[in-house]
Order: sequence, then structure tokens, then C-alpha cells
Amino acid sequence: MIPRPKPQRFRLRRTMMFMNAQKPGLIKDAYIYGCDSIMLDLEDAVAENQKDSARFSLYHALKSIDYGDTEVIVRINGLDTPHWKEDVRVCVAGGADGIRIAKCESASDVKAVDAAVTDAEKEFGAEEGRTLLMAALESPKGIINAYEICTASERMFGVAISGGDFRKCMQTKFQADGIDLIAARGQMLIAARAAGIQCFDTVFTNLDDDEGFLAELKQNKAMGFDGKSLINPKQIRPVHELFAPTEKEVIQAERIISAYREQAAAGVGVFTLDGKMIDIAFIPGAERTLKLAKACGMYNGGLV
Amino acid sequence: MTIEKSAVAGTLESSDAMVTVEPGENGVELDISSSVMNQYGRQIKQMVLETLNRLEVKSGKITVVDKGALDCTLKARVECAVYRSCGKSEKNISWGGTIR
Repeated sequence: MIPRPKPQRFRLRRTMMFMNAQKPGLIKDAYIYGCDSIMLDLEDAVAENQKDSARFSLYHALKSIDYGDTEVIVRINGLDTPHWKEDVRVCVAGGADGIRIAKCESASDVKAVDAAVTDAEKEFGAEEGRTLLMAALESPKGIINAYEICTASERMFGVAISGGDFRKCMQTKFQADGIDLIAARGQMLIAARAAGIQCFDTVFTNLDDDEGFLAELKQNKAMGFDGKSLINPKQIRPVHELFAPTEKEVIQAERIISAYREQAAAGVGVFTLDGKMIDIAFIPGAERTLKLAKACGMYNGGLV
Repeated sequence: MTIEKSAVAGTLESSDAMVTVEPGENGVELDISSSVMNQYGRQIKQMVLETLNRLEVKSGKITVVDKGALDCTLKARVECAVYRSCGKSEKNISWGGTIR
């Protein structure tokens, strides 16, 4: 038995790697790759006639494998299937950190899962509210309803777009410059930020196209994504490297926080540092930079 | 539980095990083959018997073809095969109770 600590609603989630919950060879050592979160998949990766078997496998993996600091999320089957309720039960019983709701289209989808999770937490004696939720938006309706989805539950920590299904709905295909998803990504990001939760981009499926992957990552970072869904361990490092702050940003963040705390202690709210105005509005950004830097091994100080 | 009909769970992929259960009258008949029989044969047998005991399977023919599965995988495959044989593998599983 490996009791996992209480999941944190807000933590670093640069990389979230999909793993087939049915394949023991994959899930037994998923954590060694060093991604921030793993996503054990009960949905598309598992054939329809193996859904039951995947749950048994998932339960024992959750109970016996020490995933350490890697967050463990489970993608459950869609709400239009007969599988999702049992998926929720096994996730909660096994102590997964969070659940990813596939094909989420409305606040009522989130609320249905939230209620099932609460029931399961009662049934299995887990702390109520422990299990986190995230939603995958895979359809135009999901994107339109992004804000109500993001704010539908206290358990929600993030939303992600699922490019494959969304492109199909929009009658388009993958475009190197991202024009196919630009509106959807933008709308989802705005909704997530307005709701104060995290936002993750879709997977990049061409594993041989390193250049294309990097270009998409750069766009993700520029748009303000927190992280990306991945399908292969080799994708982890580029994301961590690219999402890492520069040395200059780290030093700057450190100086802003130290100076702000000093000034605030002396009763000053706004001041200038290197010719730039600094007030409390700069602090969350600077703290985020330092937290990222800490996770990337670039910062060892005690400010965060 | 009583094994009502033949059922299979698992695959022959590396790190997995394929477990077949069939109805029988003469107690538990166990047939194990494994790619790591010399090193882990006894442990595999013990894990399978423990699991069957927990599920209160008193009789039946159990065939395990192991490809180097971890204990947790082996348990999952035996449990799933037995539950499938009774048509009870899909819902209302006693997670943390019978399954532990």
C-alpha cells in the first residue's frame, strides 16, 4: 500500500503523459521519466472489451506502485458510455490524484462527475473533496462552454483541448502554424484564466517531426499555456527545457520578491526597481517564475 | 465465487500474464508456465493461490502463462478472469474489499 499525499489543486504541470492503463509494461515504471503528471488512460487506449480488465490493473497499480512526486491522473470514459461510473469508483478507491473528464461539453457534465466522485469518496472512506478534476474539451460545444465548465466545481484544476476530435468536428486538419486550433486554444485559455485554473495544450502526434514539435511548444508558451499533453517520454525534455525560465528571468523574479517584501515590511506598496515600477501585481508572476525555476533545478533559494 | 464458464484475462505481452479459468469439480487445478519459472515460480504460485483463496474459488482449472508480470498485474489478471467467469467484471466491484 502506497498512501499518496493529498493532491494539490495548484502545482507545476508542464508535462502530462498518456499511458494505457491496460498495459502493465507501461504503467509499472511510468514515473521514472520525470514528467510532472501521468495520465493513465481508461478511455481510447483501452479496447471496448477490455474496460473491465483495465480497471483491475489500474486499481492494483495505484495501490502498489510508488509514483513519488509524479501526479497520477486517470482519464475516464465519456459520460455517454456505460463505463464512466465504475471508472470513477476505481479511481477514488485506488486513490488517484485526479480524474480527466473526456469529451466534456457543459457544466452539467462536470457536476455529474463531481457528484459521482463525492459518492465514491463516501463509499471508500476517502477525504471528501480530495479527488481533483480536469476536463478535456474535444468539441465546438465544449469550447463554447469553456468558462461554465472551468467554474463548475471546486475540484477543477484545469482544462485541456483534445486536438484530434476537435479538428474532426471543425472539418480541418493539423496545420503547422496552429491556425486550425488558434480560436479554440485562445477561447479555452481566456476561460481558464478567468476561472483561475490551469490550461493544457493537446498532444503532438508526429514523433519524427522534432522541429514541428518545438514550433508548437513555442507557440504554446507564448499563448500562456501551463503545459502540454504528451504521448511519448522523448517529448518530456523539450517541454521542460522550453517552459523553463531564463536565468535572467529567475534573477529578476528573485529581486522583485525580495525587494517587495522588504518594502512592504517598511510600509511601502509601490516602488521602482531598475527603473521599473513594481507593486503587488508583479508578485504572483515572479513567484510562478521561481517555482518553475525550482522545479527545473535552477533555483534553490527559500523565497518560494 | 464459483467459476461458471471459461474466461480469460491478460495478454502474452512482456510484463503481462494471461490467465484462463475454467469450471471444474476437483478442487483448484493450477497450471503455471512462466518465462521466469526458475526464479519466481514459487512466488507466482503463491500469489495465484492467495488470490483465488481471497475470491473464495474452491474449484476450477486455472492456467497461467506468465511473461514476467509484477505481483500487482498477476493479481489483477486472476481477479478479472474469475469475475468475468461469473459475468460480474463490469460494475459494482468491491474495490478495497474483496479486491485488495
